[in-house]
Amino acid sequence: MTIERLKKKYDGKSVVKDISFEIPKGKIISLIGPNGAGKSTVMGMISRLIAKDGGNIKFEDKDLAKWKSKELAKRLAILTQHNNVQMKLTVRELVAFGRFPYSGSHLTAEDLEMIDKAIEYMELKEYENRFIDELSGGQRQRAYIAMVIAQDTEYVLLDEPTNNLDIYHSTNMMKMVRRLCDELGKTVVLVLHELNYAAFHSDYICAFKDGKIAKFGTVEEVITKEVLSEIYNVEFEIMKIAGKPLTIYY
Amino acid sequence: MDISALLKGDVEQWNIFLVSRLPRLLAILCTGIGMSVSGLIMQQLCMNKFVSPTTGATLSSAKLGILIALVFLPGSTLWGRAIFSFVFALLGTWIFVWFIQSIKFKDTIMVPLIGIMFGNIIGGITGFLAYRYEMTQALTSWESGHFSLVLRGRYEIVYLVLPLIILAFIFSSHFNIVGMGKEFSSNLGVNYKVVLVMGLSIAAAITASIVVVVGSISYIGLIIPNIVALYKGDKLSGTLPDTALLGALFVLISDMLARTIIAPYELPISFVIGIIGSLMFIAIIFHKLKGGKKLQKGVGINGNKCSCS
Repeated sequence: MTIERLKKKYDGKSVVKDISFEIPKGKIISLIGPNGAGKSTVMGMISRLIAKDGGNIKFEDKDLAKWKSKELAKRLAILTQHNNVQMKLTVRELVAFGRFPYSGSHLTAEDLEMIDKAIEYMELKEYENRFIDELSGGQRQRAYIAMVIAQDTEYVLLDEPTNNLDIYHSTNMMKMVRRLCDELGKTVVLVLHELNYAAFHSDYICAFKDGKIAKFGTVEEVITKEVLSEIYNVEFEIMKIAGKPLTIYY
Repeated sequence: MDISALLKGDVEQWNIFLVSRLPRLLAILCTGIGMSVSGLIMQQLCMNKFVSPTTGATLSSAKLGILIALVFLPGSTLWGRAIFSFVFALLGTWIFVWFIQSIKFKDTIMVPLIGIMFGNIIGGITGFLAYRYEMTQALTSWESGHFSLVLRGRYEIVYLVLPLIILAFIFSSHFNIVGMGKEFSSNLGVNYKVVLVMGLSIAAAITASIVVVVGSISYIGLIIPNIVALYKGDKLSGTLPDTALLGALFVLISDMLARTIIAPYELPISFVIGIIGSLMFIAIIFHKLKGGKKLQKGVGINGNKCSCS
């Protein structure tokens, strides 16, 4: 996926200014940056939830806007926090929606197998007939991820997946994201606020500031004292734990 | 009339049966099925359990449509009135949904309250027009729904409910997905706006074709889907048949009550349903509010905020 000269204005104010980057296949890419830096807006435009004001997004060498939504849904999954959580659907019913782009409401034997696999992969077998509104936040997140797995897309876009989760659940969430990439070969793009999750679990980081890309590169290239202090305007120390850079800010 | 006479082949008895009794039964079934299913669709699409043709301005707009047809096209047929009623029901519902979507109310109770207020405004306009054109008497017959005027030749529009229900069933997964939110629909390649408009149009068409024949009957669209959801959840392909059947049963039983309480006279069925329905509505609100509090507590423990958009 290639992003070229992407622009977005809200009420005449530029929030995304001429952003270009490429998303490497089969890797985890985290978008980081302070509030209002434009990372969520960029994510919204990549996932077609927000209309762009300029620039191009190419997905598999074809303009993103030219993709049929149903075809795109088989290649690119989007998970945001804005789901109706009061809907009384069972875990299994929710996961089954992942097969909707393929078979509509008439599930085939193959679909059922994919659904079973996804549920087992997310260790939700014992909850599969429970309503999602009765689950804990972490379980519900897993159910949504299971749906994305059943959707069987090469690309997965996650908008702040650790938002509102406690340390235990967000750490598990990040481990799951890693498995999606390593075991299932998916390309995962996520917006993250927690720098250390981004540093520890991603392959590439794209750091935003003031609607521009401040730095795009591997974790080691971006997680440095100089780059982060410049972006966030606070003092940073970088430590190495388990061979990965970790940040301390104060 | 009794069954033995029918079995003997008494022509007059058969006439009564075919001209009055059977149409009445079919109208009752269509009303029960139609109102409860259109309520179910509206609740899904608006992501709010308290929205229905009554609390979503659909019913009052449909009545306004009929009155306008009566006032400005005095010679209009039943079909003409049905079309007017449908167009107005559609517009009223769209305006209401557009309004609640652009304001983005967080409070679940606010949405139906706005709908009831909006419905009352439309009702006020209807009342004014009726008064102005001396149509108040005609209006009363729509105001409280009843089945006593259902006769062969003047109720068949209500059959429109059946194809509309089948249509709703075909698109039940789409409605479910749209009910999960804009982003969720977009992820699965479902066009949010198209499905929303289509679903609301189906609900409005069902409501209009019922109102034009039997008049306005409240509450069915509100309580029946809620009762079914309590034990069956919100997966439409599963709840739709149950909702339709329970709706039909509810109206049938209410009709029997309406005919026996002050027999040989008959109460308008809307009275009976109004009384039973409002009591059940209050019970559901209590149930939901309690459930809501529990959810809030759970939210605190898990640190997970509900994003009810």
